[in-house]
Amino acid sequence: MVKQISIFLENKAGRLASVTRVLGEAGINIRALSIADTSDFGVLRLIVNEPSLAYRILNEAGFTVSETEVMAVRIPDSPGGLAGVLEVMAGAGVNIEYLYAFIGTTSEDALVIFKVEDVEEAARVFAERDVQFLDAEEVYAL
Amino acid sequence: MYWDAEMECMPREELDQLKLRRLKETVFRVYAFVPHYRDKMDAAGIKPYDIQTLEDIKYLPFTTKQDLRDNYPFGLFAVPMSDVVRIHSSSGTTGKPTVVGYTKKDLYTWTELMARALTCAGATRHSMIQNAYGYGLFTGGLGVHYGAERICASVIPSSGGNTKRQVMLMQDFGTTLITCTPSYALYMYEVMQEMGISPRDLKLKAGIFGAEPWTESMRRDIEARLGIDAYDIYGLSEIIGPGVAIECPQKKGLHLFEDHFMPEIIDPGSGEVLPPGAEGELVITTLTKEALPVIRYRTRDLTSLDYQGCSCGRSHVRMHKVMGRSDDMIIIRGVNVFPSMVESVLLSIPGVEPHYLLIVDRVGTLDELEVWVEVSEKVFSDQVKKLEELGKLIRKELEGTLGIGVKVRLVEPRSIERSEGKAKRIIDRRKL
Repeated sequence: MVKQISIFLENKAGRLASVTRVLGEAGINIRALSIADTSDFGVLRLIVNEPSLAYRILNEAGFTVSETEVMAVRIPDSPGGLAGVLEVMAGAGVNIEYLYAFIGTTSEDALVIFKVEDVEEAARVFAERDVQFLDAEEVYAL
Repeated sequence: MYWDAEMECMPREELDQLKLRRLKETVFRVYAFVPHYRDKMDAAGIKPYDIQTLEDIKYLPFTTKQDLRDNYPFGLFAVPMSDVVRIHSSSGTTGKPTVVGYTKKDLYTWTELMARALTCAGATRHSMIQNAYGYGLFTGGLGVHYGAERICASVIPSSGGNTKRQVMLMQDFGTTLITCTPSYALYMYEVMQEMGISPRDLKLKAGIFGAEPWTESMRRDIEARLGIDAYDIYGLSEIIGPGVAIECPQKKGLHLFEDHFMPEIIDPGSGEVLPPGAEGELVITTLTKEALPVIRYRTRDLTSLDYQGCSCGRSHVRMHKVMGRSDDMIIIRGVNVFPSMVESVLLSIPGVEPHYLLIVDRVGTLDELEVWVEVSEKVFSDQVKKLEELGKLIRKELEGTLGIGVKVRLVEPRSIERSEGKAKRIIDRRKL
């Protein structure tokens, strides 16, 4: 599965800049990102080319970091594409905790990162219903 | 194991006789040699010979930190300066520092008391003691140092600060016992983690921690993380320095060395003496000090006294771990709040770190308490919902214990300043 790096950030000026600076200096490329925030803090979620290295250097730099398994799902880049996949998931009872779009895309498809409650169940449903999702290596290499 | 069995295990009756004799001597001495005490006793209509029993001590006026400041620097000394061989001073964070002096005999007493304390916590001539209390005007460093030398242990006078070097010394010299503040012990653990050193690979067996109040849950935390026995030591420069009281291996209170210090517990508001077992402010009278005898010194430390015998064999009274300071107490909307209460609550929630800060502010006419808690990897989640639930849980637990509304703010690790000495736990922004 694709590894997402999650980082705890206080809502203070310059925090996001310092995370991205640390990653940039280590030669790590950010592939996708999202921020969930409250008035006091936020959680930055990243898909990067080298998640283990990113985890280690952020940890060493003193950030609170965790690794989370997520799925990168290929979705037709046309009206109703995302709705189709979401309907499949709803129909099969797969709970989504959050999702966000990938920055770069492959050809005519869009990529969406899904955090689901049960990864194996989601993988089984996707396989059955012909929804394509990418291997970790494919994602990191994008 | 005892350093001075005869004194430490002296039967109660004999001990009380000794205390009374020494108390009378002290009162006569201060009345004769220290104008401040003579004036105060005269004003209260008390003469030295009015003190006939230990209970009579209640007729003597209290001494406060302010009295020491008013007599800055040497006004309360009871001997000529030619007899004073050492001077120490408090940090003076809240005004003029308080200055204390020692005669040669005072230093001998202090060294003996620290030898007792170290022995009580299991130190021997085979121990490698790393003394990370600050050396200098602060009594912690030198106090522990001379006691450790007295028992012929090997002493590393590392003093405070330079934490990476502390850890390196610990590893390379094979430190078996560390002495520092409890908050610094936890910080050292963090630095060990950073350096990739496991405490299990060190020879560290025990730690003697003091100079700030710490809770039972913090003890469990330190013991589990560092894999050691953590002993509480109590002392204050105005009385002598570290070595006023120490925990024995039972860890059920600190034996206060009654042959040199007479403790009382008072109601911090009314000043009335409370019965044994009651919780209140600790008041200490020195019984043998020459240079700076102190009568009924108000320590501001809140505790209780237990006169029941201890299974370790020591007869000296046990004071409960200090529960807080009457001047550390913050009053928020009429409710008394101690940092130690917050610490207990935080440590009762799995994964939450004991690094916290209380911010008190006045918004409009209302006092508000905000508690900053660091988010460790153990409690971190990629889901905001879960973090918010954690914040709510901490808030609910704090409100249940403190009895007032609290705002909890989750902050990044290490964003709360680490201390190499006494931890700063409160920022009061109220302009009263």
